[in-house]
Amino acid sequence: MNDIIGFRPPAPGSQPDNNTPAYGSTRARHPLRPLLAFPHTITEATGPAFSPTHFPPHTDLSVMNGKLAQGERIIVRGRITDEDGRPVPNTMVEIWQANAAGRYFHPLDTHDAPLDPNFKGDGRVFTDADGWYQYTSIKPGAYPWRNHKNAWRPNHIHYSFFGPGFATRLITQMYFPGDPLLAFDPVFKGVPDEAARNRLIANFDLDVTQPEHALGYRFDVVLRGRAATPMGI
Amino acid sequence: MTTLTTTALAATAAQTIGPYWHLIEDPAMADLTRFGANGEVITLIGTITDGDGAPASDACVEIWQSSPAADDKFPGYGRCAPDATGTFRFTTVKPGPVPGRGNTQQAPHIAINLFGRGIMTRLYTRAYFEGDPLNATDPLLGLIDEPARRATLIARPEGANIWRLDIRIQGDNETVFIEI
Ligand SMILES: [Fe+3]
Repeated sequence: MNDIIGFRPPAPGSQPDNNTPAYGSTRARHPLRPLLAFPHTITEATGPAFSPTHFPPHTDLSVMNGKLAQGERIIVRGRITDEDGRPVPNTMVEIWQANAAGRYFHPLDTHDAPLDPNFKGDGRVFTDADGWYQYTSIKPGAYPWRNHKNAWRPNHIHYSFFGPGFATRLITQMYFPGDPLLAFDPVFKGVPDEAARNRLIANFDLDVTQPEHALGYRFDVVLRGRAATPMGI
Repeated sequence: MTTLTTTALAATAAQTIGPYWHLIEDPAMADLTRFGANGEVITLIGTITDGDGAPASDACVEIWQSSPAADDKFPGYGRCAPDATGTFRFTTVKPGPVPGRGNTQQAPHIAINLFGRGIMTRLYTRAYFEGDPLNATDPLLGLIDEPARRATLIARPEGANIWRLDIRIQGDNETVFIEI
């Protein structure tokens, strides 16, 4: 008998469907058979821990080798909690994004926009004891993709979160308020519930904004909460 | 399973990892023995194909093991970018059995997450090891009636200490993916 506690299932409508026809690449990349239902065990209820010793933080993407990247400097700050509002401390957060012109420092990105020699676009931060994280970057540009005619991804920053279990693993994207491209983006619109979708949009925050330095955005993240019933029951 | 706690806010929505996640990739993370882990060192390899039979070379493959327990020498977690043929390769330590629910025991297995362009959330599955006597009583494998379906979760030996588990995202011989 063990008393490991799993994580709650996703709330209805809060997660996108892997079969999202408006996002063309999902066509051949979603399983046709139903997922196998299986209660969480120690394998899903536990997860990796990352130490800053092995994974050194990189909290300022706006400077490379002492040189400033092009673009609008931003600070993003937020708190990671679980579904019960409890902070998720000391968890690793990875970030990657396009440069201010909408171009990734990546061999497969062929968009005809300039690379920035002072911007690579990768970051790594850890939450503090109370679940807070913060980093400095530049606002990423929109970029075209071939999903449909005249398709442009809204400005976004990619995120990777871990939390306490393999079940809490989350890859997502943060968007910016007021972006006219959100209304046309099948990735963003793939989240069925409107409130859940809109929580992917950061808030402009004057308290995070630093005078003569950078605009501030607040982006809070919720990872799955523990189920109330021990799995052994 | 009953949920007794009131939900304050549902978990944040997932979005695709996209084709440019390599900006955070570190090839060292595919070797779980790099910090000096003890145990039987194995290679876990596999080729990922999609519903068109195309290799998912852009995917992000992650593994997690609850056995052996993670510590300073063994991270338990690995991440790999497949090559142009969609083939991933991890160096790790062979897991042992771990407890299941109640008094059950689970056969040795490695948890696998698959992210990629065109995958909105993630695809979760497991690699078991062919020939392990505990496979016959494993609670998860026991839920899969069709032998051919069950076989999609069982890695086969391919040379000394090399285990292969191919992953088919969709269609013929589709891998059994698991709710998580
Ligand atoms: Fe992107």
